[in-house]
Amino acid sequence: MSLVLALPRIGLECRAEVGGKCFALAEMERAGISIPETLCISTQAYERYITVTGLRERILLELSRKTFDGHLGPNLRWEELWDASLRIRNMFLRTPLPGDLTTTLSDALETLFHQRAVAVRSSAPGEDSDAVSFAGLHESFLNVKGVESILEHIRVVWASLWSDAALLYRRDLGLNVADSAMAVVVQALVSGERSGVAFSQHPNDASQAVIESVYGLNQGLVDGAVEPDRWIIDRATGEVLSHVGVARDQALVAGAEGVQLEPLPKELSRRPPLTTQEVTTVFNCLRQLEGLFGGPQDVEWTWVREGSGTPSGLVVLQSRPITTGAVGEPDDERRWYLSLRRSFENLQSLRQKIEGELIPDMVEEAEVLAAQTVEPLSDEELAAEIDRRQAVYDGWVDVYWDKFIPFAHGIRLFGQVYNDALHPDDPYAFMDLLAGTEMASLARNRALEQMAATIRDDALLAEELREWLTHGGGVEIDEAFQHRMDAFVNRFGDLSCAMTGGGRCAGPSKTLIKILLEMASHPGARDHRSPGEGHARSRAMMRREFLDQFEGEERERAAQLLDLARTSYQLRDDDNIYLGRIEAEVLTAVEAGRDRLERRGVVGVESFDGADVAQALRDPNFVPKASSGDERHSDGFVIRARQLVGQPAGPGVAHGSARVVVSPGDLADFEHGEILVCDAVDPNMTFVVPLAAGVVERRGGMLIHGAIIAREYGLPCVTGVPDAVLWIRTGDSVTVDGHLGIVTITERKEVAASEPRSSSEG
Amino acid sequence: MNDPEATKSTLRELFADQRLAVLATREEGGQPYANLMAFAASDDLKTLLLVTGRATRKYQNLRADPRVALLIDSRSHQVSDIHKAVAVTILGDAEEVSGSERDCLLSAYLAKHPHLEQFASSPSSALFRVHVRSYYLVRRFQAVTELHVRP
Repeated sequence: MSLVLALPRIGLECRAEVGGKCFALAEMERAGISIPETLCISTQAYERYITVTGLRERILLELSRKTFDGHLGPNLRWEELWDASLRIRNMFLRTPLPGDLTTTLSDALETLFHQRAVAVRSSAPGEDSDAVSFAGLHESFLNVKGVESILEHIRVVWASLWSDAALLYRRDLGLNVADSAMAVVVQALVSGERSGVAFSQHPNDASQAVIESVYGLNQGLVDGAVEPDRWIIDRATGEVLSHVGVARDQALVAGAEGVQLEPLPKELSRRPPLTTQEVTTVFNCLRQLEGLFGGPQDVEWTWVREGSGTPSGLVVLQSRPITTGAVGEPDDERRWYLSLRRSFENLQSLRQKIEGELIPDMVEEAEVLAAQTVEPLSDEELAAEIDRRQAVYDGWVDVYWDKFIPFAHGIRLFGQVYNDALHPDDPYAFMDLLAGTEMASLARNRALEQMAATIRDDALLAEELREWLTHGGGVEIDEAFQHRMDAFVNRFGDLSCAMTGGGRCAGPSKTLIKILLEMASHPGARDHRSPGEGHARSRAMMRREFLDQFEGEERERAAQLLDLARTSYQLRDDDNIYLGRIEAEVLTAVEAGRDRLERRGVVGVESFDGADVAQALRDPNFVPKASSGDERHSDGFVIRARQLVGQPAGPGVAHGSARVVVSPGDLADFEHGEILVCDAVDPNMTFVVPLAAGVVERRGGMLIHGAIIAREYGLPCVTGVPDAVLWIRTGDSVTVDGHLGIVTITERKEVAASEPRSSSEG
Repeated sequence: MNDPEATKSTLRELFADQRLAVLATREEGGQPYANLMAFAASDDLKTLLLVTGRATRKYQNLRADPRVALLIDSRSHQVSDIHKAVAVTILGDAEEVSGSERDCLLSAYLAKHPHLEQFASSPSSALFRVHVRSYYLVRRFQAVTELHVRP
C-alpha cells in the first residue's frame, strides 16, 4: 500500500485506505465523468505520521484522561471535549511531518500540481457510506497554493478527525476513536463560474430530483452564505417541475489564498445561474452517477466556461450516497451542542441581540423584582411568588442556554484562528489576549480591594468592624465607611446579599465584612492584572503579533474577530452576573419563606430548596425527601483520592489548604491563601478569588466561569475534576497543578471516622 | 469512582488477571530491593500470599523488616500502556505462616499457581501472608485513588 495514490491505481481493494470520497472520484474517472485532477494521500501516510511522531499515544492519552477504554467516557462534558480537541489540533499544528514522508508527498504533489491552486479535502474511511454521513464534520480547504502550504493543510485536515463534532459523532455511532484514520484528497482547484449541489432523489419525495446553484464557488452555498436558485425535476421524465429563483448580490470566489465573498455584477443578480438546458445536463449527470454507484447520490458540481481551463463544462467535484438510515440520529443535547458551531456572521448578529436586547431586559427584570417586597404577602401569596420568581429565573436560564452559551463560541472560533495562525506552545495562549476586558465581577472585586485598603490604614475602623462581627451588629460603624458599604451593596449588593440569603441583608452583610477584613489583613493579596499595566503592554504586543499574520481584508476580518471574541469573553462573566441578580431575587423570596417556617419551628429548613419552601408554606405537614447518604465507607475499607485528574485551565502550581464551597455560607470563612474547591464557580463566588491561591472545579472546560476568572488573576486552575467536592474536604492540603490538570491531596485533615462530612468544618 | 465497591472490583479483576507482582523489601542499611513474585489475593482484599525460598535475600529482608511494597499492573508492553494500564501499589506487613494455617493458605495459593506445587510445598520454602494496609490505584496515567484497610 502506498502513501500517495493517483486515481487510476485506486481499486476496490484499497477503498479502506483512501476513504469513500476518494474512491468515488476514482470510479468517476474510470467512467469518463469529468472531474478535477486528483491525488490521494492514503491513511497509511496518516498512520505513519502519528506513529513516527508519537502523536498516536499523545492523542489517546488526551482522550483517556477520564475513561478507561478507547471510547469516550460519559463523564467528559461537551466543553471538555472541545478543549481536548483544541489541544489535539494544536499537536498536529506543531508537529512537523517526518523527513521521508515530506519527501514522498512533496515529490508527488509537485509533479502533479506545480504551483497550481488546489483544494485539500478529508476522505475518512467510513465517511460517505450509505448508512453514515460525516458530511461537513471534517475540514476542507479551497485555494491552497504551493507544496509547503498543501502539506500544512493536510495536517489540519488530519487534525479535524479529532474535532469535537467528529468525536461526538463517532461516540454516538459506537465507533472506537482509537481506530480512526484519515485519508486526504488533493484536487486541482476548478474555478467554475457557476456551481451547485444536487440530490438525484429528493429527501422528501422519491419521484423528484433537486438541483441548487449559485454563481462562483460551491462553498458559499454549502456554508449558507449565498442563497441558491433551486430546481425540482421529475425523475421519470426529466421535466423541470418548478424553479425558485432568488436575487443575489454576492458570489464566493478564490482570492490570493483562500476564498472570499465578492459583489456580483448587477446584470447577474437576477439571472438564474443555469439555463433550462444546463439543468437537464446536470440531471443527466445525476442519473449517470446513480447508475455508477447504484443508488441516490448527493453531488457537488461546478461549471467551467469553455476556454477558461481544463476540464471545462460540467465538472463533478464529489458524489456520495444520500444517507438514508437514522443511524446515530443525534439526541437533543448533541444537536444543541453542534448548533454552537456558529459562523462569524451569525455570532455578530447574536452579539447585537445580546447587547442590545437581552442584557438590558435582564437588568430590568432584576430591578422590577427587587422593587417588589415580599414581607406583606400571605403564606399562600409568598408561595406563589416563590414559584413565579423561579419561573422567571428558569425562563432566563433557557435564554442563557439558547443565546449566551452559543455566543461563547466566539471565543472558540477565535482560539482556532489564533492557533492556526501562530501555532503557540500553549494552546490557551489566546485567552491572555482576551483577558483584561472589563468584567462586572472584576469591577466589584476592585471596589472590595479599595474598601479593604481603607480598613488597612484605619485601625479604629478595623476594630469597629471586628466588634460588629463578634456582636452580630449593634455596633456603630464609621458613618462614611457605612455609606461606602451601602453604596457597594446598592451596586453589587444583591449578590453579596444572596450569599447570606436574601431577606437578611438589610445593612452590611456578615460575609462582606468578613471578607473585607480578610483582604485588609493581607495587603496586595492577589492583584488582578488590571488593564493599563504591564499586561496591557504585552497584550498590545500579542495583538500586533496576531494581526501581523494577516494581510489586507483578512487582517480587517481578524481584527473584527478579536473584537467579537473579547465581547464573548467578557459576556462569559457578565451574563452570569446578570443572571445572578435575578437568581438573588428568587433567593430573597425563598429566604423570607424560610424565616417564616423557622419561626414556626419547622426543622431542617436550611436544607429546603425553593420548591420545598413553597410547598411547606402551603402544607404545614410537608416533609421533603431525604437526600442519599455518604457511600464512601464500606466493610473495613476507607476510600480516598490521592490524585484527581481534570483539565488544565490556568497555568501554574499552587499549594494550600482546601476550602470546599458547597453552599454560599461557606464563603464567609474563606481565608487568604486557600484553594477554592467547588462544584461550579458561580459569579456570586468570585469575590473570594482575589484571596485564593488556586481554583479547583468539578465542571470542566476552558470557557467556564471559574477558568476565566482564574486566568484573570493568574491563578493555577484545574477544572473538570469529577466529584471534587466529595473527595476533597475543607482543611485538606492540596496541590493544584494547572499545567497538567491534576489535583493532589497531599495531606488529609484528620477527622473522626464517625464525624459526618460537612463542608463547613474547620 | 468514589464508590469503594467499584474500586474493590477493579482490584479483584486486576488480581484475577495477573499472576506476578513486584515485591519491594528493605535490606539492612535501608537499600531497597525488588523481585518478581507469584502472588494470590484473598477475596476480601485484606491479605496477599507470597512464597519464597528461605535462602533468598528477600527472605532475609522480610525476616528483618516485615514492611513491604508490592506493585501489580496490567501492562502489555505497548506504548498504549501509558493510558490503558492499571497499576496498584500495595503497602503492608508480611508475616510468615506455619502449621495448619500454612496448609490451608497454601492450597489457596496453589489454586492460582498449580504448576508451583513442588516449589511451594518444599520444606525450604516459606509462605508469607501480607496484611494490606493501603492500596494506591493508578488509572488513566495519573488518576490515583487510595483504598485503606481499617486497622
